[in-house]
Amino acid sequence: MTAGSPNSSADSSIAEPIVTLSGVTKRFPGVVANDDIDMAIRPGEVHVLLGENGAGKSTLIGLLSGLIAPDEGTIAIDGRATQIASPRHALALGIGTVFQHTMLVPTLTVAENLLLGEPWWRRPRKESLQRRIEDLSKSLGIEIDLDALAADLSLGEQQQVEILRALSRNSRVLILDESTSMLTPEGIEELGDLMRQLVKRGLAVVFITHKLKEAAAFGDRISVLKLGRKVGEISPDRFRSLDHDQLIAEFVEMMFGKRSGDPEDVVRSPHPELRDRQPLLSVSGLTLAPARGNPGLNDIAFDVRPGEILGIAGIDGNGQTQLARVLAGQQRADGGDIRFDGKPVTDWPVHARRDAGLRYLTDDRLGEGTVGSFPVSINLLLKQIGDPPFWRNGIEQTAAIDAHARDLIRQYDVRTPSEHTPIGRLSGGNIQKALLARELAEGAKAVIFNKPTYGLDLANTLATRSRIGDVAQSGKAVLLISTDLDELLALSDRIAVLSAGRIVGTVDNEPGARNAVGRLMGGLAA
Amino acid sequence: MDALFTQMFLGALFFGAITAAVPLLLAGLGEQMSEKAGVLNIGIEGMMIAGAYFGFLTAYQAESIWLGFIGGAAAGLAVALVMALLCVRLGLNQIVIGIGLTLGLEGLTALLHHIQFSRTYPRLPAPQILEIPLLADIPVIGPALFKHHPMVYLSVALVFVMIFLYRRTQFGLNLQAAGDKPAALDVAGVDVATTRTVAVLATGALAGIGGAYLANVGAGLFVPFITNGAGFLGIVLAMLARGRPMWVLFGALLFGVSLALTTALQVAGINIPTDVIQMIPFLAVIVMLVVFGRRSSLPAALGIPYQRGER
Repeated sequence: MTAGSPNSSADSSIAEPIVTLSGVTKRFPGVVANDDIDMAIRPGEVHVLLGENGAGKSTLIGLLSGLIAPDEGTIAIDGRATQIASPRHALALGIGTVFQHTMLVPTLTVAENLLLGEPWWRRPRKESLQRRIEDLSKSLGIEIDLDALAADLSLGEQQQVEILRALSRNSRVLILDESTSMLTPEGIEELGDLMRQLVKRGLAVVFITHKLKEAAAFGDRISVLKLGRKVGEISPDRFRSLDHDQLIAEFVEMMFGKRSGDPEDVVRSPHPELRDRQPLLSVSGLTLAPARGNPGLNDIAFDVRPGEILGIAGIDGNGQTQLARVLAGQQRADGGDIRFDGKPVTDWPVHARRDAGLRYLTDDRLGEGTVGSFPVSINLLLKQIGDPPFWRNGIEQTAAIDAHARDLIRQYDVRTPSEHTPIGRLSGGNIQKALLARELAEGAKAVIFNKPTYGLDLANTLATRSRIGDVAQSGKAVLLISTDLDELLALSDRIAVLSAGRIVGTVDNEPGARNAVGRLMGGLAA
Repeated sequence: MDALFTQMFLGALFFGAITAAVPLLLAGLGEQMSEKAGVLNIGIEGMMIAGAYFGFLTAYQAESIWLGFIGGAAAGLAVALVMALLCVRLGLNQIVIGIGLTLGLEGLTALLHHIQFSRTYPRLPAPQILEIPLLADIPVIGPALFKHHPMVYLSVALVFVMIFLYRRTQFGLNLQAAGDKPAALDVAGVDVATTRTVAVLATGALAGIGGAYLANVGAGLFVPFITNGAGFLGIVLAMLARGRPMWVLFGALLFGVSLALTTALQVAGINIPTDVIQMIPFLAVIVMLVVFGRRSSLPAALGIPYQRGER
């Protein structure tokens, strides 16, 4: 990237950069999270940082927002080398960050959250805040109830509050970290419009994403990160000269080498013959009382046939996890019936359902899916501990367990040093493969996947998706719960939309399904 | 005879309840502040006993109850400083450090007292009493509620100070954010460690004053282990009160009544072994936890040291 200096001097004729990173390196034990990164953040530009999980995006944000300090290299603000010592210092320098996970205190109101950080000896001045925020939000077209509790806002609204907070502190640089990951399609559009308005006002926006389409839609300048290194940059001039497909092709080239086209752009081929089969898993009138942090379930009914993939769409926290838990038997429903393979299983315990062939792949891989300190071999049998042939009279049959583990590790391509390695040391993708191996093992007839690719990088995401496709192909019924619309469109035969614990509509996956599902998701989320 | 008996009984009960409630109130209010900021301050019992011992020592040497309170507050503050350094700055385990401080200070104060006074327990002169005019003339409850040391009225006033602090000040917001989502406070530009340190120090000072009250006003002397779990009761009160100072006051009065039953029942001439009566407050804790404990919602980050950059 050293050859980029004449290039960057040409760019600087547009506007002097506010933040300049040169040779920035940050190491964590065992990894170089950022390796010799050069980057300039200029006013009036949406600078997209594009990269997969583990590309070093979050570390870079941490460096800019004062959460971590670089090991090597310098960060210059307005041309002057500066050590950003703390988040407070970053704010004072005009760098405001909206983190991927919300940074609002759930038990405080919006107003109180916006007041955090004022001098402590001062009385909170809500009136002047109200005036300031009203002006700001009106000009941006945001409507926010200052007296609402932060916990009661939708994720999109929380994000808007955080953007307002950054702006009300006179930020010149606004960093948006994976801000679209929890938003509806409409919410993403709104955020895009907002970013355009902000750069028009002369702000610099740094937009972090791993979605190629968003980078192409919202960016002015693109920097691509891969395994901690910056592997390419597209300047605004060049960005404007390319059309959407060329941009995507270029991103893919930079991020993944040879592949072309958006690898996530897959459409499920229709399977009309499925309609005639007898449902394998049918649910009717399923209800669960709302509880803290979830809306419960309200009169859920659906059928899944052998070989079919039924997608469950919806924004996170609309009852998806509760639905999965009730189906798997981990939580009792308050009402309704679950029939599986012709038998009423509503009152069956987890173990019996699993033995009958109803499997559940949790989204909480490290929490309820695995015991991190146990070896891979035991985790592969976690739901059968004590059962023969791996345990006899309570005694572990080590040889049988290890052989079983080696077999699955090979079959499912789990990359692990050995079957004795504690599973917590493996990467998320490999833990997911081990879980797949466990749940798909002998006797599976229907599988519930809960956010199966959440937090995985693209290679593992694609591998998991093709595995799910294979599962359905082999005649098993699949319930696919996901917050990723592209994933649902790529895999499902039908998509049901879950909102506030209720199925608000079911759509056949055919052309136009994207819009239909998006409308269903947005209609009630707004 | 009957009427006299009831009146005496009630008078002794209420008077004793207030006297017993004040240390619990101070400890509870202090603990509440630490917990709001996300620090589970198990060391409060140690802060109280330090306050009791040094408060007594100061009052005894200087012959002034008021200087005794200052000495007690300073001792509690000193212990809290250690706690803040270890648990907030260095992020060590709050429960282990808290228990260590409590056990260590119980032993240390007993030892120091033994070295200085051997087996004698010198008494302080009876504390001055502030009678609230008119109100003190109400029969039965008048003398019981309105003839106390000024510190009693100050502690009750403190409840309202705390309410104001939590509801109306920037610092109150910071405290709550430090307990519920410290990372949010940090990125808002407020130092979490400083906020928590201030809360722990305030807890120490309040617990120290509570301890000094216990020794100087309540008992008039210091005996080793005099706090006898008052700090722990403060923790229970803070947990049950869920961030509301007024509830700490009610809780402290309730415990005060059960503590005062010891003396009141003796006045009434009912003969129950004191050991049984001394169990009452702790039984009351269990009953209160069974009845209210389930609904108690504590700050999300309670007991978790804050480390920047960890998500």
